[in-house]
Amino acid sequence: MATPPASKSFALPDDLPLDCGQALSNVEIAYESYGDLAPDKSNAVLICHALTGDQYIASPHPVTGKPGWWERMVGPGKPIDTDRFHVICANVIGSCMGSTGPMSDGPDGKAYAMRFPVITIRDMVRGLVALLDGMGIERLHTVVGGSMGGMQALSLAANWPDRAERVLVIASTARHSAQNIAFHEVGRQAIMADPAWQDGDYYASDASPDNGLAVARMAAHITYLSEEGLTAKFGRRLQDRSSKSFGFDADFQVESYLRYQGSGFTQRFDANSYLYITRAMDYFDLAEEFADMPGSGKLADAFAGTGSRFCLVSFDTDWLYPTAESRHIVHALNAAGAKVSFVELSAPHGHDSFLLEHAALDRVVQGFLE
Amino acid sequence: MTLRPDLAAIAAHVAQGSRVLDIGCGDGALMAELESTLGVDARGLELNPAQVERCVARGLSVVQGDADSDLANYPDKAFDYAILSQTLQTADRPDRMLDELLRVGTKAFVSFPNFAHWRTRAALMFGGRMPVTSALPLSWYETQNIHHVTIDDFRELARAKGARIERSWFFASEKQIGAPAANWRAEFAVFELSR
Repeated sequence: MATPPASKSFALPDDLPLDCGQALSNVEIAYESYGDLAPDKSNAVLICHALTGDQYIASPHPVTGKPGWWERMVGPGKPIDTDRFHVICANVIGSCMGSTGPMSDGPDGKAYAMRFPVITIRDMVRGLVALLDGMGIERLHTVVGGSMGGMQALSLAANWPDRAERVLVIASTARHSAQNIAFHEVGRQAIMADPAWQDGDYYASDASPDNGLAVARMAAHITYLSEEGLTAKFGRRLQDRSSKSFGFDADFQVESYLRYQGSGFTQRFDANSYLYITRAMDYFDLAEEFADMPGSGKLADAFAGTGSRFCLVSFDTDWLYPTAESRHIVHALNAAGAKVSFVELSAPHGHDSFLLEHAALDRVVQGFLE
Repeated sequence: MTLRPDLAAIAAHVAQGSRVLDIGCGDGALMAELESTLGVDARGLELNPAQVERCVARGLSVVQGDADSDLANYPDKAFDYAILSQTLQTADRPDRMLDELLRVGTKAFVSFPNFAHWRTRAALMFGGRMPVTSALPLSWYETQNIHHVTIDDFRELARAKGARIERSWFFASEKQIGAPAANWRAEFAVFELSR
């Protein structure tokens, strides 16, 4: 991918301490904001983006030119109404749309590449909290996130319990399962098996591991959909041909679709960022963060004494972060005595349902923000 | 707003500022009333996702879940009151549900349709068919009421469970009636229990 054009950016005044024990210097957080901030700063809504998302939530993506990724949810008169709320969305650290990540230059003036420290979801949130500090926003009206964004919202609620009045978590989880880690490992191995990856030092060369990144995206993309959705959209239909080719072209529509998704993704995303962010997600286990011993810990302890109101939403066809994961969080919040709402919505599109048209989701989001 | 008579009886006896769990909270009418008039910290549990959505949209804290299995996730005495309105007769095991109510709540309110109301008895006796009445409007094959219960049955269950009946209210034709012969005369009953 090419270097993205600049969006609004905030330079952290201090080094950012990381869970791995290191600290990042000269951290930039690129962000977009929509709607006016009230004089008392009480109407700020932070939206946390997913693995391959970015800050362009309700404005065109500068590389692809496509509409913002949640325009149906965020805007004037939309469920997250920018006439009422000051909506902030920042690119997470480790990513590649302007915030400090493996593409950025390290202290020696050369791109970090694999010298970038391994980060966690909590590190991403630490960066977001530093951005809020810079903006003088002490308490968010709501923090919202779907998928990896939901992990950030949960991490913020657990680690910085005074920073958000409401916490809205959609199609997410408090820990990555073995299956989640397994799919991510397939993606990482695809990238690292691409000779153009060059141990991550491809920024100065002509080649970049687009093939590996595309395969990683293809595998991941399947997990965002449902079998029902794939069958409805493609079935066994052939792509621009009347019979099978007896070769290895994209005979089937679903193959053509995945190849298109994979190659399109390489235009806008950095392979090393993909490695780092998937690693952060795999390391995520919120209960473990609050445990004395790795692998132990009760999730309820993460939310002990919380004063925030929570709302969790899952989708019945999401097999990446199934309803059971949301229920697990709800049970922990109940045990902690937190105010929590939860609803499983019915949608045919699997995990990606949170990005798609869904009237009931709109009503829940709008109602929860009231 | 006007609450259903059994809910109004419950609302009239919940203490100001208390913690309440409404199990089978439906569209959240009782929760909303308790929060707005009594400053109650109300939580709800509801099976039907469309109802949960309505509750969340009105700003209530309601979890979609099944009372038969999900009450186990609430700590002991997390609430001052556990409320079970018109849901006992739909439980897998009403006896265990009663135990759970008195575990998560210091007190419990339970309301249910009385299967021994004279109209129900008459329908069964003279019609020879499972009764379909205004209190029990669905046929036997489609009703969620899988454990029909009478007022006397409930009193016996409470006794067997060591639950103390603090108060009770009885209703017929949407109006409160006296306790005498309630097992004949009442369409609905509300009990306040403690242990």
